[in-house]
Amino acid sequence: MSGSGRLLAVEDLTVAFGPTKAVDRISFTLDAGETLGLVGESGCGKSTTAMALIRLLQGAETGGHAWFEGVDLVAVAEERMREIRGGAIGMIFQDPATALHPMIRVGDQVAETLRTHRRLGAKAARARTIELFRQVGVAAPEERLSVYPHEMSGGMCQRVIIAMAIACSPRLLLADEPTTALDVTVQAQILELLHSIARDGAMSMILITHDLGVVAGVTNRVAVMYAGVIVETAPTDRLFADPKHPYTQGLLRSIPRLDSGWDEDMPTIAGAVHDAHALPGCRFAPRCPLAAEVCREAPPLRSFGADHQAACWRAS
Amino acid sequence: MSEAIVEAIGLALHYKLPGNRLLRAVDGVDLTIGRGATLGLVGESGSGKSTLGRTLVGLQSPSEGEVRFEGEPVAGARRAKLVRLRRQRQIVFQDPSGALNPRMTLGDTIVEHLRVQGFSRVAARERAGEVLTLAGLSRAFSGRYPHEVSGGQRQRAVIARAISTDPAFIVADEPVSALDVSTRAQIMNLMRELQRRSGLAMLFISHDLSIVAHMCREVAVMYLGQLVERAPRDSLFRTPLHPYTAALLSAIPAPDPVLERTRTRIVLKGETPDPSAIPPGCRFHTRCLRATEVCTRVTPETRMLLPGHTVACHHPLEA
Repeated sequence: MSGSGRLLAVEDLTVAFGPTKAVDRISFTLDAGETLGLVGESGCGKSTTAMALIRLLQGAETGGHAWFEGVDLVAVAEERMREIRGGAIGMIFQDPATALHPMIRVGDQVAETLRTHRRLGAKAARARTIELFRQVGVAAPEERLSVYPHEMSGGMCQRVIIAMAIACSPRLLLADEPTTALDVTVQAQILELLHSIARDGAMSMILITHDLGVVAGVTNRVAVMYAGVIVETAPTDRLFADPKHPYTQGLLRSIPRLDSGWDEDMPTIAGAVHDAHALPGCRFAPRCPLAAEVCREAPPLRSFGADHQAACWRAS
Repeated sequence: MSEAIVEAIGLALHYKLPGNRLLRAVDGVDLTIGRGATLGLVGESGSGKSTLGRTLVGLQSPSEGEVRFEGEPVAGARRAKLVRLRRQRQIVFQDPSGALNPRMTLGDTIVEHLRVQGFSRVAARERAGEVLTLAGLSRAFSGRYPHEVSGGQRQRAVIARAISTDPAFIVADEPVSALDVSTRAQIMNLMRELQRRSGLAMLFISHDLSIVAHMCREVAVMYLGQLVERAPRDSLFRTPLHPYTAALLSAIPAPDPVLERTRTRIVLKGETPDPSAIPPGCRFHTRCLRATEVCTRVTPETRMLLPGHTVACHHPLEA
């Protein structure tokens, strides 16, 4: 678990809501300073995975292990978890409008994190908040401290949330669709910011997104999820250059590109994810162009070169 | 192609805010869409693109200027003509779940829509089955409720409803933004096919330039209530003239790690200003990298600098 800078080792993580396994025995690791993209469509379990790591799921049964700096996040006592959450692990959620308390001044919200986790006094917390605001590009930070969320734009709110997430210098940042609610030009600014924070602070990040374009620019490694399982994982360059799983291939093909011809139809993946969680065997089989008899049995992750694995019987 | 189906002339839509302030959502737009043509409309939140779309189909009345349909002003149309205008102009919204009544089957939703437009019960039933099939759902979906089908299928039903009155013009307002990548491609293909088959004109609104690139032969870019650039698709993407368009293009994250590492991105300063406090002169000057003194004072005229390619900028990029 410690060894060569390994920060997080997830082993057979399972999250069940009643009979439905939203996440079904997934395993992955994350090294210090690494940024992992967790990619997939709605319902694939990517957000559930993050929520399970910080134990913010209600009514879910979680199994397996998630070793983080020698602590199993799945099993650790709630009291200890509360220290880790917002301390060693920071979080950024998709919608900046709901992640901030609407009736508390933004400066106080960031300072609260510092006072809780770092036991800073009011003065020190204020000074550190100003410093953080400056770091994440909030203009005129002293004045912004006393502003309410509704008085700021979406991009500015997201910067405050990032400030809050990195306030205690976390070793791991979980960013769940951090730019999805933002405009493209603002998205570019925020991605740039996250990228530089991760690089300079030697912080690891799990970036959860449905947008492969976002992943391409920011991550070192990618894990693709489908219906609760990881179907492929590879270094980012390799995944885009030589995807192995038919689902990954389909996803990459169905992204519209500026240079694609007007007169061509978009390549598609037939069908929809509907109810795939309940399927025995390969969950992608009903939509897969390569599906065969063998796919009735669930495929294990197979190796396709250094650090590149895909869960497919038919991939080559 | 040359005959105009929809025209906007000096179109403006202002909302009154407390304290005698005006929110200029759309602020002086001239626009023509030819019969059977698809125009893409891109812009960020608050640019007024949805308001423009809603005004073109008559969901909102303009504060200034006018909308013409088939050459005639729509304002003041009498009852019979109004019914025809409604059939002729339809809209597809972003969120298919919000656009459907959760307590009505997909079939009934379409039937109700047609009944309001004056179809008989029998004709409406028949037509509902027809359009569901056209939209790639079988007639069997007629009896399903929205929650019983997937997001993509819901959007197919919404599209089926929009085409059920055989309109000549559809505004599609972010029709695929709420959908997953794999479903999105299916819906985009469906819309292209319907358009090809029926010769329907379309205003395709999206914040995503790469989707627009795939759907439209011509693209207009909107910023703070005005069109800043309009051009044939390839001309716009290869030689953007407005600095804002160039920034938008450069901000799109490309699904290509090597390209992402090597390209230099134009990162704009700040965010779109509040449409109730629009900057004087060129509205983009507060964020523009090329802005000079003149831009802070004088509103730029729209000029044609390349074939079919117009721009409103004092300092356009090299053509």
